[in-house]
Amino acid sequence: MALGRDHELHRRRGGRNTGVALALGALIVVIFGLTVAKVERGEPLEAYDHSFRPSLMEYAE
Amino acid sequence: MSDIRADEHGTGEAGFGDFVALLKPRVMSLVVFTALVGIAVAPGAVHPMVAFASLLFIALGAGASGALNMWWDSDIDTIMRRTRRRPVPQGRVAPGEALGLGLALSGLSVVMLGLAANWAAAGLLAFTIFFYVVIYSMWLKRTTPQNIVIGGAAGAFPPMVGWVAVTGGIALEPVLMFALIFMWTPPHFWALALFMRDAQGRDDYGRAGVPMLTVTHGRRVTRAHLLAYTLALVPVALGAGITAIGGPLYMAVALVMNALFVLGAVRIWRRDEAAAAADDFAVEKRFFRFSLLYLFAHFGAFLAEAMLAPLGFGGW
Repeated sequence: MALGRDHELHRRRGGRNTGVALALGALIVVIFGLTVAKVERGEPLEAYDHSFRPSLMEYAE
Repeated sequence: MSDIRADEHGTGEAGFGDFVALLKPRVMSLVVFTALVGIAVAPGAVHPMVAFASLLFIALGAGASGALNMWWDSDIDTIMRRTRRRPVPQGRVAPGEALGLGLALSGLSVVMLGLAANWAAAGLLAFTIFFYVVIYSMWLKRTTPQNIVIGGAAGAFPPMVGWVAVTGGIALEPVLMFALIFMWTPPHFWALALFMRDAQGRDDYGRAGVPMLTVTHGRRVTRAHLLAYTLALVPVALGAGITAIGGPLYMAVALVMNALFVLGAVRIWRRDEAAAAADDFAVEKRFFRFSLLYLFAHFGAFLAEAMLAPLGFGGW
């Protein structure tokens, strides 16, 4: 049996690949959305990054 | 292209839909709904994205346990009429593929729920998967007629996982939501077991060697057990209504639904096999369909109470 490029097996495999790609894409979107949500909810993020920033200094009483 | 296993019908090459079918989408829809209610009725608020992600990963965990169940049960799924069209018995997906997908999705769902919500919810989801696959599928299902009584706990965890995802802890209300599904499961499945027979009238579970109550203790005893569990379900359903997640609307729904459910169970109990066979198990089939509505109505009422609360109507 000759296998043409449009054999049913190719269609199934193509559909499977598309499905996996869409699922992975959706997972990326969800993780990105979660990241945005968690960053939004948190306090302003500021930490040591090798340069002096007065805002990170503790105020003297 | 030489690695394609080709035959006239194209079998042996799974489509994406076959892998989706491994996740038992119909069971997953019930999980999504009850987990959503668990999230919605829990006190406190989470970011909508966190709630959505939690729901997604709870559903994915349920799907993972479905795939693992299909891997383990592929031998008996081939025998039973209800399950023989599943992807593994049909040969479209290899058992090893179902195992791989189930394990991968289990790990992904638990870790992601931990990161999205909290690790208590993730631990509970991991336990749910373990309970369904190991305790129910591998152990109880083939060894005891109480299989679905205890195994029903696996299906009862999702609203509790949803609650824990929001609050980080357990309270009376999620325990009652758990108990509602737990007590509902035996009547639901025993009604199914009563009418699942092949053309020769042989019990589907009996042919597969699954010790359902219908097989080990007979159909008369199953009818009696179905009624007993239905009666035991009533105080759980009504009891949930007097907690913080209940309210007048829920109580009205619960009263009507439980009255009808008990009535259906009494009808099943009073029938003999000749009468049941004569109308092709019409009463049992109706009871089974109604059991789905019963659960949907209860959790829908919980949800409605939670939605109405901000408007000043829901709750007591």
